Amino acid sequence: MSVAAVNSKAVDIPARVNPTSVAMAVFAALALLAFATGDSVIPAWMRELPRSWQLGLDSGISSLMKWLVEQANFGLFTFKEMTRAIAAVLNVPLEVATAFLSRGLQEGRGSAAVQLAPPLPWVAVVGIVAALGYRFGGPRLALVAGGCFLYLAVFGQWASAMTTLSSIVVAAPIGIAAGLVCGVAGYRMPLFRRIMTPVLDLMQTVPTFAYLIPILFLFGFGPVAAMIATIIYAAPPMVRVTMAALSAVPREIVEYGTMAGTTPRQMILNVMLPAARPQLLVGVNQVIMLSLNMVIIASMIGAGGLGFDVLTSLRRLDIGRGLEAGVAIVVLAVALDRLSQAYAEGARRREAQGDGRTFLLALAAFVAVTYFVGLFLPFVATYPEAFTLSTAPWWSEAVRWITVNFFDFFDAIKTFLLLNLLLPVKRFMLAQPWPLVVAALAFVGWRLGGVRLAALVAGLALFIVLNGLWEFSMVSVYLCAIGVLFAAMIGIAVGIYAGLNPRAWRIVEPVIDTLQTLPSFVYLIPAVMLFKVGDFTAILAITLYALAPAVRFSAHGIQQVPEMLVEAGTSMGCTRRQILQRIQLPVALPTILLGVNQTVMLALSMLVITALVGTRDLGQQVYIALTKADTGKGLVAGLCVAAIAIIADRLIQAAANRLAAQRSGASHAA
Amino acid sequence: MTNATLVCRDLWKLYGPDPKGFMAQHASRPSEDAIRAAGYVAAVADASIEIERGEIFVIMGLSGSGKSTLVRCMSRLIEPTSGGVLFDGLDLLSVSPADLIELRRHKMGMVFQHFALLPHLSVLDNVAFPLEIRGVGRRERETPAREMIELVGLAGRENYMPHQLSGGQQQRVGIARSLITNPDIWFLDEPFSALDPLIRREMQNEFMRLQDALHKTIAFITHDFDEAVRVGDRIAIMRDGRIVQVGTPEELIIAPADSYVADFTREAPRSKILSARAIMRDAAAGETVTGSIPATAKVCEFAARVDGSEHPVAVADEAGRQIGVVDRRAVMRVLVGAEELA
Ligand SMILES: Nc1ncnc2c1ncn2[C@@H]1O[C@H](COP(=O)(O)OP(=O)(O)OP(=O)(O)O)[C@@H](O)[C@H]1O
Ligand SMILES: [Mg+2]
Repeated sequence: MSVAAVNSKAVDIPARVNPTSVAMAVFAALALLAFATGDSVIPAWMRELPRSWQLGLDSGISSLMKWLVEQANFGLFTFKEMTRAIAAVLNVPLEVATAFLSRGLQEGRGSAAVQLAPPLPWVAVVGIVAALGYRFGGPRLALVAGGCFLYLAVFGQWASAMTTLSSIVVAAPIGIAAGLVCGVAGYRMPLFRRIMTPVLDLMQTVPTFAYLIPILFLFGFGPVAAMIATIIYAAPPMVRVTMAALSAVPREIVEYGTMAGTTPRQMILNVMLPAARPQLLVGVNQVIMLSLNMVIIASMIGAGGLGFDVLTSLRRLDIGRGLEAGVAIVVLAVALDRLSQAYAEGARRREAQGDGRTFLLALAAFVAVTYFVGLFLPFVATYPEAFTLSTAPWWSEAVRWITVNFFDFFDAIKTFLLLNLLLPVKRFMLAQPWPLVVAALAFVGWRLGGVRLAALVAGLALFIVLNGLWEFSMVSVYLCAIGVLFAAMIGIAVGIYAGLNPRAWRIVEPVIDTLQTLPSFVYLIPAVMLFKVGDFTAILAITLYALAPAVRFSAHGIQQVPEMLVEAGTSMGCTRRQILQRIQLPVALPTILLGVNQTVMLALSMLVITALVGTRDLGQQVYIALTKADTGKGLVAGLCVAAIAIIADRLIQAAANRLAAQRSGASHAA
Repeated sequence: MTNATLVCRDLWKLYGPDPKGFMAQHASRPSEDAIRAAGYVAAVADASIEIERGEIFVIMGLSGSGKSTLVRCMSRLIEPTSGGVLFDGLDLLSVSPADLIELRRHKMGMVFQHFALLPHLSVLDNVAFPLEIRGVGRRERETPAREMIELVGLAGRENYMPHQLSGGQQQRVGIARSLITNPDIWFLDEPFSALDPLIRREMQNEFMRLQDALHKTIAFITHDFDEAVRVGDRIAIMRDGRIVQVGTPEELIIAPADSYVADFTREAPRSKILSARAIMRDAAAGETVTGSIPATAKVCEFAARVDGSEHPVAVADEAGRQIGVVDRRAVMRVLVGAEELA
């Protein structure tokens, strides 16, 4: 509903008394009426469909799952045997990576295990990273990447970080390869692409938690299951990037390939994929970053390492430890991000990267020497414990100090906002009967994009209703709406300022770049630290996480206003303020709206994570389902989150398109 | 003609909702009005040409006139909507995909306007690429590749990456690469249009030098009449997908089929194109002549001589018989660019 309200405002800019605004006013009046009358008037079935009317999709899915696991049989082998086999195959590279990076070669299992050979010494790993940095980006990158890994050693995060890294060095390549294969298939086969596109849409909007549950069900609890979840989460962008990159290969190059007499296979492998390499590497970077993003979530189904550390500390409210591990994830993310970006950048500039063989030989020699030395000098093999620093006590102390000194202040803010904004909005949302909301959504959809959009939006809303999750959904909408409101207000203001002011942009850009590399979970830590648990904390985390795109798109929108228009305004004698209000903002509005759209998407993806701090919404439903391994319930609640996301996405995009169309239709914007 | 390497018969390429159905409805000869009314675009309309062995056949026309589409139909990069293409007597349109690959690997070469070098391969690997995909081993393919690079004047740059080369150098790689398989037909789609004028001139000369040595059968596309005249044995002029006229440069200048062709030829360097045969007149009875020039000599070659002589100069055919005379007036008319000549 609030999303609809935001949209209607955007559309009504050329305000005239027209049937649309009258209808919107009627909807608003009805909504207020519903809020004022409360439970007495509105029948209960308008709040939540009685159980007997619901679809029962959740129990259906659960039984299907049960059937799959317990009975499904493909003749030669059962479903269960198949999932076991997949897990066993995936376990092999994971074991190898873990042997190299964290555990060493072991005989036996668990505490009885005997180490046959130690893992790579920390000196070797730091050296490898620094050398790669040097090769991809020169001495500066060597320093940054090496420094990041050194940090992990010095601050006592080495063991966990290497566990995390070993799952990433396996998950990311598999995700990349899977993405490439699906992307090529999608490029070659239009039918496959048509099937895959909505699936990808769904995979990117369904919250991760929702598919943790079936994975847990099929693959059990443990590092392999966690890795599968990571791959499923991280691969979709690679599919898209691959399809886009292949389509973007210059036509002449494809024609050359044909004329040279390539077979279809040679065309893809020898011509198109190599020609598309620079764009593909952007996808590679995304896969790596998304894998890191999953680190904490994956630890819920059995990944160890840094994610596990964060999760357990968060559960124990041990802020210091949690923050320490969180920072370590960020440091790891920064190092991997810079390395993969520099590599992609080098490929884009198509630098001849010297003789690879000498480099590899030198690196191998270095690793061998350190490994050998490490066998005799323990401090080369493992960073000496005595020299580790821990920031945890410091963080805990800082938080304690802040709470002691500022508790009243923070509490006052929290209480004020809760009483005056959060609770009223929540009550308002919960007071809305679903027929009214569905009708309003359908109407807005119809005005913005015609009958098809109206049907889609209303259909998705009814899906939520029919699954009996209306009230939870409204709480989710309320949390996101307020988070988005804050994020958009702050983000657009900062973005506009940075867009107008190049010097500010130079500071803001790296900050939002960094913000976007942080795993979503990390945002929860400071919020919990300062405001304990509850709706307010959730909204704060959502706001922080969703801020970056609002800033980026607003700044871009302003920067892209043609200089010509500003000059025209100046020559007509507009003040700075008038230029901003009358020229720059209206022209930038479609772009800013796209930024808001991204903000909404990020807010929704943060939603489920905030369930950890005790919200009572769809996210919590998914989370509860996860702890109970209730596949049906979790998936259905997850699909509802996806439904909300798709509704918001399609409506906002339709609004932005309409605006842009109006703009290009009329030569001069109001 | 039996000597034709490549023959196109009634070739059509329509873009639109259902080109084949539309063609069938109109018995494969739709009128221009019918095409426009039905919302189709005829990129190539009813084109018939024959390219003879060893000749440079230029296809020229304004942007959008369908040159690229025509040449792509001839190499089957694009499937024509209707019509036929014969390559060395073989019906190209009914060749199976596997045979087409073989044909392209051994008998066709193509050069592109924007070079289309593979960005990830060095000069050497780019030139050797057609051999590589044929499964030729590294050693065996690098020797001919080096020879080709030498031939196009890029020796010493074997290990450069494409982006490290200038446009002209990139196109030399494109040429080397398309010649390494020693093709029977060589397609060049505006090979020099992306280069600046000086380099373009240099590359044209280079191209002529190569052709003098190789005698390829060539389909050469350009939108520049000067270039067409410099390189072409025969020129086909295209307009809105149709071939308006085919002829030698001289024929086009002397007898342009319509004003569209005349517009192209107006700025042409006539003195370099017209020959003595084209501007001679019959000798008047008992007229004194000084010396003689061959009938095929271009005006620019004998202008000074005619100008310096008191009397007209005799024009002789291959056998040495006098077939006419050229006087100062005739030469002046060419040099001053008199329209009335046509
Ligand atoms: N895929 C397509 N779909 C629709 N129309 C097309 C397509 N390809 C080409 N055309 C049309 O066919 C006509 C001929 O295009 P073509 O590229 O052959 O022209 P050209 O003579 O090579 O021009 P240029 O000198 O600009 O390269 C143009 O009007 C073009 O718009
Ligand atoms: Mg063209």
